[in-house]
Amino acid sequence: MVAAAGIPMYDIPFLTIGGGMGSFVMLDYLRIYGVPTSQMRVVSNIDHPWQTYEFLTRCSQIPRSERIRSDSSSRPDNLWGFPSYALEEAWKEKNPSYLWQILTEPILNDYWTPRAGTVFENLEREAKRINYWDMLVKGQVRMVRRRAGGGYFTVVTPPDGAAPTKRIIFRSRFVHIAIGYPGLKFLPDLQEFRTKHGDYQRVVNAYEPHEQVYEFLKTRPGTVVIRGGGIVASRVLQRLFDDRERHNLQTQVVHIFRTFVSGSHGPHIWSRRKGGDGWAYQGFNYPKSVWGGQLKAQMRKLEGADRAKKYKEMGGTNTPFRRRWQEQMRAGRSGGYYHPVQGTVDRVEQSRDGRLVSYVRSSDGIVREPVSDYIIDCTGLEADIAEHRIFADLLQHGGAFRNPVGRLEVERHFEVKGTANGDGALYASGSATLGGYFPGVDTFLGLQIAAQEIADDLARRGFVKKMGPLRSTSQWFKWARNSPV
Amino acid sequence: MVPTLLGRIQTRLLMLATVGVVITLLIVPLLPGSGPLSGRYANGLLVIVAVAVLGVVWELIYHFLMQFRWEKDWPTLFGLLTLVPEGLVLYFLLRSGAVDFIDPVSPAAFWTHFTVVWVCIWLVTNGPMRVPFIRWRFRGGRVL
Repeated sequence: MVAAAGIPMYDIPFLTIGGGMGSFVMLDYLRIYGVPTSQMRVVSNIDHPWQTYEFLTRCSQIPRSERIRSDSSSRPDNLWGFPSYALEEAWKEKNPSYLWQILTEPILNDYWTPRAGTVFENLEREAKRINYWDMLVKGQVRMVRRRAGGGYFTVVTPPDGAAPTKRIIFRSRFVHIAIGYPGLKFLPDLQEFRTKHGDYQRVVNAYEPHEQVYEFLKTRPGTVVIRGGGIVASRVLQRLFDDRERHNLQTQVVHIFRTFVSGSHGPHIWSRRKGGDGWAYQGFNYPKSVWGGQLKAQMRKLEGADRAKKYKEMGGTNTPFRRRWQEQMRAGRSGGYYHPVQGTVDRVEQSRDGRLVSYVRSSDGIVREPVSDYIIDCTGLEADIAEHRIFADLLQHGGAFRNPVGRLEVERHFEVKGTANGDGALYASGSATLGGYFPGVDTFLGLQIAAQEIADDLARRGFVKKMGPLRSTSQWFKWARNSPV
Repeated sequence: MVPTLLGRIQTRLLMLATVGVVITLLIVPLLPGSGPLSGRYANGLLVIVAVAVLGVVWELIYHFLMQFRWEKDWPTLFGLLTLVPEGLVLYFLLRSGAVDFIDPVSPAAFWTHFTVVWVCIWLVTNGPMRVPFIRWRFRGGRVL
């Protein structure tokens, strides 16, 4: 039927959709396990795997020179995690203090985390080494459908002029979906304001470009309202405080926490997280043991409501405790220019002189009405997975269904439940699979854990040979010498 | 490290049986002491066995202490510093004659041997171990 419609069709045994970090890590694993580039393609609308990641980190105030929130041995360019980023940076910069920090983290020091630039440079090196661009096909994926006879069809719209037809089709035994966050979701009151006033300059999301805020504040004193208590709020605060210090500014910051954490919190002495001054403190986006320890082992056994409960227990917005940030906030509180408050915002309106008024109701009943020049939404709310056409189609026609927290239900080996077809399998990794048997999915190490599970499942199905200690070691030497896999 | 209880014990036993034994074979001739080399080797290897057996109890204690940590992790530094209590307990057990199948050793020989083996194992488990065993760190340190 497809052939009769005159749409060109390509046979590729393994196809990954997305072309961001998730696809890259998957292909890196399979290349190292021994799959040739001729057997795999990645369909993407971006040119290099770290493009979206870099855009989002840059917007949220992490340029290449700043450090991301990720463990030293979570290296998407190196599946062994050895040598860690800390060893590499210490060696390259001849700076042994990094080694001291990594040795004493998180007890005497903050967690050591890599520079964004270190991550991107290494990704580029690895992408070249595995011939990533030989596998890249530019295009927009419309849908993935099961085909009679096993495997899947993937319908792609190539860029204008790149193909003779408007659509092309891939026929594959295995498909991997790693399309990242379905989209940003704004806080409802902010969305309402933006729509009503058509104002996208003063009410902004931290993940969209908002350099105008910082530029404006350099020209005259102003007030900024920050919403949210996570890592992005920390970053934005740092930028405001840094600018204040560097350019001698008068910026005032009102910081609204919906949940104001005033100390250690948790139901039991064995499950208590540190916190204070509004924030919940945690080194990384999940408790560390989700990536290999106790929590990972526990979650793997849980189903349904028990799993959802466990997610809730370890969830909640949080940020790392960093000494520099603590100093800045302390200075801000005592200097009277940083005002953290608890509250929920009923609505945002424009004042007579054109500024922004937030109507904030605290849990003790007090209503505050801070007036500001800008509002930065740092809550990082994510849209529903069905906002993305590929997932919407899979949920409607592909047999896929939702997990206990509302996202895509996957097996322990990341096969999307309900989508099996003959000898084929459909896998997913990344943010869309949060709520599964493995929690840390939307992280570097989580993408690697998923990729390893998938690669091992592909080995069980005979697509590739499972990688044992000997191949692993010889491949590591190839990585170290930067020679092709 | 983010170990599980079983992972801790398995990693300890594997490391002592490999790195521990190799380092012992290399270092024993260099340690102060008298008597035939074969006897000193036997003694050195018995110390490794004692670290392994006592270690199972230690791992239970560490696992219990780890429960007070929100992250359920075991920081790198802990893995190094635990050599102090473990070394002291073993040393006094040996001195007191409680472990009578191990001949009394000089403090210098014991501490050199114990510390070198400990540091080597700590270094290997904090990096190179992941090169041959790619699944090890995702399984809480389990090898089986």
